[in-house]
Amino acid sequence: MTDPASVSRERPPMSKRMAKDTGKNRPGKAEWLVTIPSFAWLMLFFAIPALIVLLFTFHAKSANGGVGPWSLSTWRELVDPDYPAIVWKTLRVSFKVTLWCIVLALPCSYAIARMNKKWRGLVAGAIMLPFWTSFVVRVFAWKTMLHPEGWLQTCYHAWLHFKIWLLAWIPGVSAPAAQSANPEGCLLGLARCAIDNASTRILDSEAAVVLVSVYTFLPFAIMPIYTAAEKFDFSLMEAARDLGARSFYAFRKIFIPGIRQGIVSAVLMVFIPVIGSYVIPQMVGGKDCLLIGNKIFERAMGNRNIPHASALSVLMAISVLVPMGLAVWWKSRQTQRSRRRMEEDAVRRAERRDER
Amino acid sequence: MKEDFLVFDHVTKRFGALTAVDDVSLSITKGEFFSLLGPSGCGKTTLLRMLGGFERPDSGRIYLEGRDITDLAPNERRVHTVFQNYALFPTMTIWDNIAFSLKLAKKPKAEIEESVDSILEMIQMSDHAWKYPNQLSGGQKQRVAIARALVDRPQVLLLDEPLAALDLKLRQHMLIELDTIHDQVGITFMYVTHDQGEAMSLSDRIAVINKGRVEQLDVPAKIYEAPASRFVASFIGDTNFFSGEIASVEGDYCTIKVEGFPPIRAYNDKNLAPGQKVDLSVRPEKIRVTINPPLPEKGAGINVFPSKVRDIVYQGVYTKYWLVSSSMLVSALKPHSRFLLDQEAITWNDDVFVWWHPDDGYMVEAK
Repeated sequence: MTDPASVSRERPPMSKRMAKDTGKNRPGKAEWLVTIPSFAWLMLFFAIPALIVLLFTFHAKSANGGVGPWSLSTWRELVDPDYPAIVWKTLRVSFKVTLWCIVLALPCSYAIARMNKKWRGLVAGAIMLPFWTSFVVRVFAWKTMLHPEGWLQTCYHAWLHFKIWLLAWIPGVSAPAAQSANPEGCLLGLARCAIDNASTRILDSEAAVVLVSVYTFLPFAIMPIYTAAEKFDFSLMEAARDLGARSFYAFRKIFIPGIRQGIVSAVLMVFIPVIGSYVIPQMVGGKDCLLIGNKIFERAMGNRNIPHASALSVLMAISVLVPMGLAVWWKSRQTQRSRRRMEEDAVRRAERRDER
Repeated sequence: MKEDFLVFDHVTKRFGALTAVDDVSLSITKGEFFSLLGPSGCGKTTLLRMLGGFERPDSGRIYLEGRDITDLAPNERRVHTVFQNYALFPTMTIWDNIAFSLKLAKKPKAEIEESVDSILEMIQMSDHAWKYPNQLSGGQKQRVAIARALVDRPQVLLLDEPLAALDLKLRQHMLIELDTIHDQVGITFMYVTHDQGEAMSLSDRIAVINKGRVEQLDVPAKIYEAPASRFVASFIGDTNFFSGEIASVEGDYCTIKVEGFPPIRAYNDKNLAPGQKVDLSVRPEKIRVTINPPLPEKGAGINVFPSKVRDIVYQGVYTKYWLVSSSMLVSALKPHSRFLLDQEAITWNDDVFVWWHPDDGYMVEAK
């Protein structure tokens, strides 16, 4: 039995065996009936409107700000030199916000899940507390904090000044640091001036948009990850430590894969709203950080060009769906590959065993 | 020194007001199958967790091969645990689970494959290597957990009630398998259990733990036949206790005066003096139950007491009798041979005699 084919003939291929399990729990007729209300809701308020938006893009705009006759002019007019940059910026900001949210939510959820029951409820409740105030009010609060005279901006300035002061006073550090900070070899006074000019302002920058978005969407990242972490069996961490893993290795290799589902939903919960957000960039992004959402808003409300706004929306949806589709495809290919690899391994091992 | 392979030196651990482990000193030999046996909450798991590095003792030290490991983190000591719930990594295949410690130790790839494959073969799980833990049965998970902990040949393998989650048949099967594995790998096993049957059948030596203290440390037969305290006698197997005072000593034997019971003769192996309060433990299987009194040639000094049958429990291999003798309830076991043919038919409320040889009772000093 050294021929691999004969070995695999004994047992059906793994893919078939696994498929058998999933076929068992197919929902019956009654279960389909139960889904009708939510299905109808989705059709009525999501699928059909989305389709309408798609159809709008194949119309010209009418003179009175409505939708005109069938035409491809909207798509032709869409060739605005600004758009690729804005789409790219939107994706970049969304990516940054998602990354920060996940990075912050992971240790936070881990810590909450390890607390005792009483504290867990309290802290989880505290995380949801900001939702009791209006979203716009909260963003406005950020606006005042980030304002050139707001305390956060003041602290930031103070920190920059302190850094320069520190560099000036530590011998040995000062010379190269001052040089690298001012390539022309400026004096420290000049560096101080540079701090106070507009480039160090947080408000009306991409950084402000990322900061406020992270603040806004962090609870949406914490909640799914925390829910997954709460179900996580922490004795697995002990087992990993016991087998020789450092704590961080165990966190990376055991905890994070263990709560993978929570992370995936957290990514979706953050990435999708951020990509379409327009209130935050409008309020704290200034002219520097207008995202695709702001452009859509501007086209729809300012220019009264509904088909153009629709086309931008479709563009945005595509820019999200295509990478996601690619990710799903890549993932399933990975799984298939690893299955095939395991199958080959099993065959190889069986061969080796028979040789002995 | 061979004797000093693993040493607990006056180890104490408190949780708030509770002293979980109270000044425990143990010395375990290399390659030994050592059991910690005790009721739940007696501190045996805390002892194990301190050896694994998950708890730190409040005082005392732990030495492994002469090295003080008390303050080392779990990943810094070559001591692996088989957890009660197995704790297999659900996101990894069986193969990856077992290879985990080897990969961490950065062993060469060929060596990892060789070790994992050979241990898979040893536990007869080669065909399941690519499966995930949730696709295995309880017994298979158990074997994988043991293999995962053994594969990089730790200095000590800790087993925390590893069979508790299995059903009876599987447990008996795994007992034999564990014994075989221990013989094959020659690694020191430290086994925690509250099941005296498991401990007795596997261990080279047993430490009986109660309330954070070692009550007795000995080979299984000694623990059963010569318990050091009333607790050990009652925890290990069934027994009848007769509490009283030594009335007189006659050579190697003595007579014990028990309130509300006729005097009992017992072997005085500890040379206790009259007046000493003692608990006499007599195992049910040592007590004979017959309708007629024993023949005189059985010996003059044997204990014979008339009793009445209160209850009979037929259990296949043997029958258990509950008897009332001078207002005390005594239990006795009678093994069967040719049960239906020639057993004396003893039934409820029969007047019978219970009797045992003085050598068959074992005295422990009462506190």
